[in-house]
Amino acid sequence: MSIPAIESIYVPTLAWIAKVETMTATEKFYTVELPHGQSLGHKPGQFVQISICGIGEAPISISSSPSRSNGKFEMCVRKVGDVTIALHKMGEGAQIGVRGPYGRGFPVEQFEGRDILVAAGGLSLAPVRSVINQIFDNRKKYGRFIILYGAKNPGELLFPQEREEWKKRGDVEYLETVDKGAPDWTGNVGVITTLFPKITVNPRNTVAITEGPPIMYRFVLIELLGKGIPEDQIWVSLERRMKCGVGKCGHCQLDHFYCCQHGPSFNYAEIKGVMEAL
Amino acid sequence: MSLKIINKPDLMPFVSSMMGEFQVIGPVENDIGFKFSPLTDASQVRLDYNTTVIPPRKALLPTQETLFSFRSDLHSVTPAFDMKWRVLLGVHTCDLHAMCMLDEAFARGQPDTHYMKRRATTTIVSMECLDPCDENSFCKSMNTLTATSGFDLHLIGLGDFYAVDVGTTAGEALLANHAKSHEATRAEVALLDKTMSTKWAKFPVRLHLDGKDLPALMGISYKSPLWEEVGKRCFGCGSCNIVCPTCYCFDVRDEVSLDGKAGERYRIWDSCQLDEFARIGSGENFRKTHAQRLRHRFMRKGKYIAEAFPGQQGCVGCGRCARACLVDITPIGVWNSLHKDHA
Repeated sequence: MSIPAIESIYVPTLAWIAKVETMTATEKFYTVELPHGQSLGHKPGQFVQISICGIGEAPISISSSPSRSNGKFEMCVRKVGDVTIALHKMGEGAQIGVRGPYGRGFPVEQFEGRDILVAAGGLSLAPVRSVINQIFDNRKKYGRFIILYGAKNPGELLFPQEREEWKKRGDVEYLETVDKGAPDWTGNVGVITTLFPKITVNPRNTVAITEGPPIMYRFVLIELLGKGIPEDQIWVSLERRMKCGVGKCGHCQLDHFYCCQHGPSFNYAEIKGVMEAL
Repeated sequence: MSLKIINKPDLMPFVSSMMGEFQVIGPVENDIGFKFSPLTDASQVRLDYNTTVIPPRKALLPTQETLFSFRSDLHSVTPAFDMKWRVLLGVHTCDLHAMCMLDEAFARGQPDTHYMKRRATTTIVSMECLDPCDENSFCKSMNTLTATSGFDLHLIGLGDFYAVDVGTTAGEALLANHAKSHEATRAEVALLDKTMSTKWAKFPVRLHLDGKDLPALMGISYKSPLWEEVGKRCFGCGSCNIVCPTCYCFDVRDEVSLDGKAGERYRIWDSCQLDEFARIGSGENFRKTHAQRLRHRFMRKGKYIAEAFPGQQGCVGCGRCARACLVDITPIGVWNSLHKDHA
């Protein structure tokens, strides 16, 4: 008897950091290049496991849209743990390991023909940007497009150039807010829910995508449901501890769901009432 | 397939002969009871063991296992696979059922190549229990009192001989190459039938519901006050996870050489009862309390696994967690209590 040669599902592909940009005091934005110009082949809302051999591995959301991949992908990384702190010290040309893409993304094809409402809080604009740009690049396939974005303070607002473009574009209604203003801040002040009275939606035809810190969901969901958007037209993305990314290690388990497999994108109707979900 | 017989005096030569071709892991006695260990001599094996502290799953999913090694100076990563051919001898049927569940869990979706490789090079010789091990086991309630598949060979000790159920061609080859055996005679089959029939009555029913009804019970028990009650007693030590044959959660870690140029990534058994298990980088902990973590564990054992892998069970009734618990939190106690609350 012989066993055929097999590959380890835990061995990362070696990739390179093509570009690093400092985005805020705690976030850096990376462009990662895969070998041989290969494409990551991801869907908006999926994630990768980023490895730094000797330090470890961390799940990171993919920030670029599939529509703009060309052998590279982008990710916005907050300095919070061993891997991300090490990553923040790495420059262009440095080698990192990549596994993935993993998880269920947002089924954007199913949303075609619908109005899209995106509500993102804090760092979550990074993963949601993969959906936003996918929609912009296929703009004719969707109806109205509304983006609501909130951050703690003006210094934590991500993607300044792109947000400026959104403000100028005629085909998106973009509103932003900060919990706490600053001397030079002239925009909206207040939590993200303060933006909801400013928008109108046709609930029958609207798909809502929301992502943010755990505390945000409770309040944003009240707003979305209050606008009459049906539960099964609301999508959320949940953050959990994902160690293996392939549904084995158990860390990301949420009730009977493995967040790395069944999520991180969930339809609200699926997880409504699941005790540990929201 | 067919029923063979190995006479008891021929068992040691069978084990010795297998040891020439395989690493043979079997139950041996140590100072606190029994453990599964690679045999160095056939005479060490104790097929009359009652139970082991740690389940034989460690032979398929080692406590710590290298996944790959790396050289940062060479920009290279090399996967590590366990290439040993082994026989796992004397596995009780509760543990065999647990292994069948593990097989499914690791094969499902993206197959875990490290586990699959080790599983493919492992031949399992299981063993029928003819007497209950102690008051903590409830295999009869969990329907793991015997097994009709999952093994390569299955032994049933009957007086002067072992009846051998051949489950696979690998088992057939093992028997043909290493054991002196013969086809069962009519008298031997009659003794087997009599023994198995007597056995059934000897095992007590300890759960007040059938194991198949646990998912339904757990489904209505999320908000039970019991979780807070047992949560107050629980130390969160994780012993229950470590001794559980169906637990397979792991952590992944890196270790580096002193010069920083080489190292390895390994996985190590983990426990959902530990505080940091569900904590993410930003500090948020999704199961902060002992009560939440205990509920999660019992949900996994009674509901999630059974529902995720139809035909499999998250608990096989071995009783190890009850023996290991420092504060007497037992599956029999928890499930009977929930059942009583809903009765």
